[in-house]
Amino acid sequence: MSKRIDVKDLNVYYSKFLAVENVNISIEARSVTAFIGPSGCGKSTFLRTLNRMHEVIPGARVEGEVLLDGDDLYDSAVDPVTVRGQIGMVFQRPNPFPTMSIRDNVLAGVKLNNKRISRSDADDLVEKSLSGANLWNEVKDRLGRPGSGLSGGQQQRLCIARAIAVSPQVILMDEPCSALDPISTLAIEDLINELKADYTVVIVTHNMQQAARVSDRTAFFNIAGTGMPGNLIEYADTTTIFNNPVQKSTEDYVSGRFG
Amino acid sequence: MSTTTLTRSDPAGRSGDRVFSAAALGAGVLILAVLFGVALFLILQALPVAGADPAEITGGEGFAAYIFPIVVGTVIAAAIALLLATPLGIGVALFISHYAPRRLAMTFGYVVDLLAAIPSVVYGAWGYAVLAPRLATGYGWLAENLGWIPIFAGPASQTGKTILTAGIVLAVMVLPIITSLSREIFLQTPTLHEEAALAMGATRLEMIRMAVLPFARNGIISAAMLGLGRALGETMAVALVLSGGALTASLIQSGNQTIAAEIALNFPEAFGLRLSELIAAGLVLFVITLVVNIIARWIIGRHKEFSGAN
Repeated sequence: MSKRIDVKDLNVYYSKFLAVENVNISIEARSVTAFIGPSGCGKSTFLRTLNRMHEVIPGARVEGEVLLDGDDLYDSAVDPVTVRGQIGMVFQRPNPFPTMSIRDNVLAGVKLNNKRISRSDADDLVEKSLSGANLWNEVKDRLGRPGSGLSGGQQQRLCIARAIAVSPQVILMDEPCSALDPISTLAIEDLINELKADYTVVIVTHNMQQAARVSDRTAFFNIAGTGMPGNLIEYADTTTIFNNPVQKSTEDYVSGRFG
Repeated sequence: MSTTTLTRSDPAGRSGDRVFSAAALGAGVLILAVLFGVALFLILQALPVAGADPAEITGGEGFAAYIFPIVVGTVIAAAIALLLATPLGIGVALFISHYAPRRLAMTFGYVVDLLAAIPSVVYGAWGYAVLAPRLATGYGWLAENLGWIPIFAGPASQTGKTILTAGIVLAVMVLPIITSLSREIFLQTPTLHEEAALAMGATRLEMIRMAVLPFARNGIISAAMLGLGRALGETMAVALVLSGGALTASLIQSGNQTIAAEIALNFPEAFGLRLSELIAAGLVLFVITLVVNIIARWIIGRHKEFSGAN
């Protein structure tokens, strides 16, 4: 499990509007990479191009290549459905399916594409995924209850369990803690640290302390002005980005002087 | 700021609040009063039937024997309409909300809404003049090949004016109701849940089954119930399309009758006990509609904790 991602000359569009311009980046397998930058700089948009969720929005498209261990995700022969099966995603707000039980939420991805799974295999997978998301002990006695009855932090861990249940190569997280309290945030951050043993994790965050705490490498995105495309300004080891960045704007941003 | 500001409030805001609250209460009371008035009228006018000699009731065997066949006829016609219109309506609504390109979806939505504005007598005329003769051939085939199934037993109606034709016309009439309501609910599916499904590698159909339909379940039931209400109560179209008669299991023979059409066809010449009979029939229809709605509420309430409302 776990593959690397190489992005080459990627331009991201919403219809005619160029939202993110000319990104080149290499994301190592089994590492945590953080995207930081001011609001509207295109970091979430860019993240969504990594599992082809960007094109769900009408008119959205990309130019360039995203290589998953050398295979181009945007090759015309590639079905976005298979891409998303390999590159899971956790969203800003926890979004378990409200009509499904906790157990069914975990199994939701596994049962896709007409796959069948025996009851005992399903039980094992539910326990393994929920344990992997540090949620098992809290919910093991109420797997049949609705997922929407959990707290926000628990719901978000349920979403992570749902994402890892399908054994993806990469997990993308789009500000996974922005709707959570500090204790739940800590639980998710601990989890991210554990996840990187098995998965490639990419996380977008507005919280620079969080980026510093959880990530190995950090990418700083910025935007020159309203209506201009976002750019990848600097990409380096997290300690470098936070302690002695090369670019002036990176230093201004991480030291809190703007943004 | 002085301490008096705590005790003094804006009088305009307060009175506005009071007026609105009274208006809302009035509207609520009014609807109950109207409903109660209708029920009271039906009950009072229907009372003579209860005391009447069974032999004097139409058919000569009492009210129950008179009403039973047309209750069954009503339910059959409405059930056919709902069985046809619900899946079709959901399909059309999904097409508009999730498949069609935006511009086409808009136009398509308007056209479907327009269907609801056509008067029922026009549907009746269409069913009578256009649909029934064309279906008659099909009924002949059904009677010949599937005649061993009781609902398709021959001899098939030569004119096509059967309960099945009436059901199909009703289906076309309730289709816009079910489609419009379902479409609105499908469009309200949280993007968050749709994206959750897509991001796991769901195809569009799987996303709809995972996120859209469960979210819309209660709304679809409500839409179907509104459609059913129209199908149960529809008078003109059925009166024109169906050549009514005694209760029969076959859907492709002439025969059967619905309550609303029975009332409409006989009302002009009815007086005395006959009039009370017809009004009692109306009361029965009222009760059927009420029971159907109670059942629908119960179905909706059954899965409350999984509705996502918590």
